[in-house]
Amino acid sequence: MNDLTPSREERIANLKGLGSSRKRVEDVRFTQGKGNYVDDIKMAGMLFGDFVRSPYAHARVVSINADAARALPGVVAVLTAADLAPLNLHWMPTLAGDKQMVLADGKVLFQGQEVAFVVATDRYIAADAIELVEVEYEELPVVVDPFAALAPDAPVLREDLNGILSGAHGPRRHHNHIFLWETGDKAATEEALGAAEVVAEEVVYYHRTHPCPLETCGCVASMDKVNGKLTVWGTFQAPHVVRTVASLLSGIEEHNIRVVSPDIGGGFGNKVGVYPGYVCAIVASIVTGKPVKWVEDRMDNLMATAFARDYWMKGRISATKEGRITALHCHVTADHGAFDACADPTKFPAGFFHICTGSYDIPVAYVGVDGVYTNKAPGGVAYRCSFRVTEAAYFIERMIEVLAIELGMDAAELRRINFIRKDQFPYQSALGWEYDSGDYHTAWDKALAAVDYKGLRAEQAQRLAEFRAGRTRKLLGIGLTHFTEIVGAGPVKNCDILGMGMFDSCEIRIHPTGSAIARLGTISQGQGHATTFAQIIASEIGLSADSITVEEGDTDTAPYGLGTYGSRSTPVAGAATALCGRKIRAKAQMIAAWLLEVHEGDLEWDVDRFQVKGAPERFKTMKDIAYAAYNQAIPGIEPGLEAVSYYDPPNMTYPFGAYIAVMEIDVDTGEHAVRQFYALDDCGTRINPMVIEGQVHGGATEGYAIAMGQEIAYDEIGNVKTGTLMDFFLPTAWETPHYTTDHTETPSPHHPIGAKGVGESPNVGSVPAFSNAVHDAFRPFGLRQSHMPHDHWRIWKIARDLGLHG
Amino acid sequence: MIPSAFEYHRPGDLASALGILSAYGDEARVIAGGHSLIPMMKLRMASVGHLVDLQSVAELRGITVAEREVTIGAMVTQAELISHDGLAKAVPILREAALQIADPQVRYVGTVGGNVANGDPGNDMPGLMQCLDARFTLVGPGGPREVPARAFYHGLYATERAEDEILTRIAIPVHAGGHAYEKQKRKIGDYATAAAAVLLTKSGGKVASASVAMTNLSDVPVWSEAAAAALVGRDCGAEAVADAVAAMLADIDPQADNRGPIAFKKHVAGVILGRAIARAWSRA
Repeated sequence: MNDLTPSREERIANLKGLGSSRKRVEDVRFTQGKGNYVDDIKMAGMLFGDFVRSPYAHARVVSINADAARALPGVVAVLTAADLAPLNLHWMPTLAGDKQMVLADGKVLFQGQEVAFVVATDRYIAADAIELVEVEYEELPVVVDPFAALAPDAPVLREDLNGILSGAHGPRRHHNHIFLWETGDKAATEEALGAAEVVAEEVVYYHRTHPCPLETCGCVASMDKVNGKLTVWGTFQAPHVVRTVASLLSGIEEHNIRVVSPDIGGGFGNKVGVYPGYVCAIVASIVTGKPVKWVEDRMDNLMATAFARDYWMKGRISATKEGRITALHCHVTADHGAFDACADPTKFPAGFFHICTGSYDIPVAYVGVDGVYTNKAPGGVAYRCSFRVTEAAYFIERMIEVLAIELGMDAAELRRINFIRKDQFPYQSALGWEYDSGDYHTAWDKALAAVDYKGLRAEQAQRLAEFRAGRTRKLLGIGLTHFTEIVGAGPVKNCDILGMGMFDSCEIRIHPTGSAIARLGTISQGQGHATTFAQIIASEIGLSADSITVEEGDTDTAPYGLGTYGSRSTPVAGAATALCGRKIRAKAQMIAAWLLEVHEGDLEWDVDRFQVKGAPERFKTMKDIAYAAYNQAIPGIEPGLEAVSYYDPPNMTYPFGAYIAVMEIDVDTGEHAVRQFYALDDCGTRINPMVIEGQVHGGATEGYAIAMGQEIAYDEIGNVKTGTLMDFFLPTAWETPHYTTDHTETPSPHHPIGAKGVGESPNVGSVPAFSNAVHDAFRPFGLRQSHMPHDHWRIWKIARDLGLHG
Repeated sequence: MIPSAFEYHRPGDLASALGILSAYGDEARVIAGGHSLIPMMKLRMASVGHLVDLQSVAELRGITVAEREVTIGAMVTQAELISHDGLAKAVPILREAALQIADPQVRYVGTVGGNVANGDPGNDMPGLMQCLDARFTLVGPGGPREVPARAFYHGLYATERAEDEILTRIAIPVHAGGHAYEKQKRKIGDYATAAAAVLLTKSGGKVASASVAMTNLSDVPVWSEAAAAALVGRDCGAEAVADAVAAMLADIDPQADNRGPIAFKKHVAGVILGRAIARAWSRA
């Protein structure tokens, strides 16, 4: 040892492992325009496909005449349902056990639906050819309201389901009904509600919106007819699932299909589903023998690929006079659009909505969800949340506020007296979940203290007095939220997608000189996996994160995994990564023992090395061991140093957080200003605080957009009113609030490194925080519930309806 | 989002540009910054056989500030407008309004001429030009003519400009007194939910003269003589403002859209005008 020998602390810092705010390695290429996205892929002879889409929300397709389009120079093919039918590909299965038209088969069911697929030598010719395809439609009555859809005499939307009285999730009671999914104890809930001292009842609507990733969906399909291999590059959040589904649909053996997700410019759930564009591009490549690219434009993306939310949640919540909650009842009317293409684990048609008891110890509860068909685009994806968790969090956090009004109580105090206590974990919820860990009271107290909650309430009261005296026209709203997520699907015993269990995987290969490559079954869409997964490995095996390449998305090289959505990458693949690292370390220990001529049991692991117990100057670093693994003949040990782990989590993880939004509301114009936004997240062990902060900023900005203006709106005849970024609110830097982030750290007891996942928490938590702030501003005037988005005119309408305009 | 095919022309002088317009008639359209026309073409809501790009026509550039009047070339960008200090001194409301148009990237390309000539009621400059009593120079095969901004707009995308004419220059009288351009919008880059341009002069504690124009509240910009008249000779107090707002409301005709229903727009128009009057008065 001398002065140049790094200290233990320096060795830990050099790893850039868990807890290090190392900079995102991806950003070097992204900030220099050197990313490689699907639309960057160019291949010799590549063709371009694009859709003729329906201008109508509900119409019979009387005829399609593509003669003029086919005659246009450069047009290679025009596919219609009639061309796909012989291959049985004119319909495709959805992730939710329904089926969806790939191309209009006799009728169209939503505006923007795919009617014909034009394949041309470039996208400009394809765009011209689309205009030349003559489609004769016969308009049919349109249903955009899910309640109207269930009227006895409502138009029949899905004629293909005529006479089919049972779907993938049980009986259908009406021709536009998809399923009724129930959980909890209905009778006991009704009994508790009937006996309660106080009951609050409200309908909470979480409007239809859209993930709107900056990069739209697309793919390049290339069928090599010589070697029989199909390669598909695409914006896939679950490339392995796409490979398996493509194999099952096409009959091409799975080893002959390679699916690659290159760089992805945001997914947020939008890129989980299988879209007609993928099927058509693959078919077109098989037909033409040439690579075929399909990439949506912004309007296609907003109109036709997966929407999110659209839940009408009717709730009843009861409590004692002192505010102790006794029961929760929720019935949801879920508008799924024309096809049930929700991306949920198979057994959960309403996702994990039954996390809707939230952070509260509620003794008895019931949830019933009716899925309904309407003339809107299919989807129902988890927009930066675990399956329907944002809907659940919004529902309970609104119901708590309404109950607080009913009780005449402070909403912060009502939350506090109903939180699940720290000593109750693991906690069995009334709706069947086992919360792994939490410390809600500590987080809540920290959050309230950080914003000076009492001071804010005093200021609010002062402002109210000034408003009533006519000295100001601005109200102050304080939006509280304490959310609990359920992420990391999931245990294979109850979570699968199309029968594929939701485990995940990691493979680590150490190179002789002591660097490494790791491959995972997940795929980053901006989350920074290449940065953070390398940190998990660094801490496990003692090589610097800077010496570890993380690669995802190529099904020919990555181990099988179920992909990235629902905050599952860290809880599931992150666990696989840690365990895989431990396998490497176990073998390394055997090699070190041989090198040091001691028994394995005489060694101990220390940061980046095995050292002899009691004689730390005798050690072998992981770098030394890696070289020996490849270059020394060690008796009884195979050469090489690599491992693979598949991880089936024993439970989900339950990240939570306390968010507080403070808003100024102009009652005359409906404008608002976010004065303060405080976000405390507890995601268990924190891998990279800087990446976490970035995730919180991004998710909270999406939540801000959703709460304050973002929606997919339809008119009464099913026209999409928000099909461009002029009307679909995507905040710019100017609108984006400033965020203050904070944390507590309650590790998951069952995750190998205690991590819980964080990417989606800020979307889940911020939407109710912003919305509650708007509601809170008007609480003194009697407002109980006003549906999002809280754009200018809707806030103005609240004020007008409350008589605040004089 | 791909336009249908078109021929691209980039004439180097005004005469050539006019020649192309004459040659192709209604198949030709001039393009300035393109922020309105290009999206329309991409949506295939506008089909243009011959696109005549005015970027290289030097005669359409330049800002001149004289004692009583400023002139602005049609191809002057919003960014040039904002950064011109002489202009900001002579007609300060121009900078105030231009800073509320879109975002810096758009303003580097978007032009004053395109903004006023397109006849889009969402654009901010037409109402502003009416408020300022600006005059537009139109040049056609028969030579130039001058049209007051207040007589230029006939309807949605319908203006006094004939298809074979190009709007080349805008003349604006230097204004005295107080000014304000007040705009409510949903986000950066959006058209106004309501916007108001107000000029006021003060004499003896009373409004000596006033000009009021509203944006995106009708299919044309609304220069409200009645609203201005309600202010003149009064102290610009609450009653006068209420009368001006009432007069303005009788002149506008907003339509419901994603920004909100008609009642909301009228209410906001009143609030915005009230704020604009108050700010202009404070500066008068």
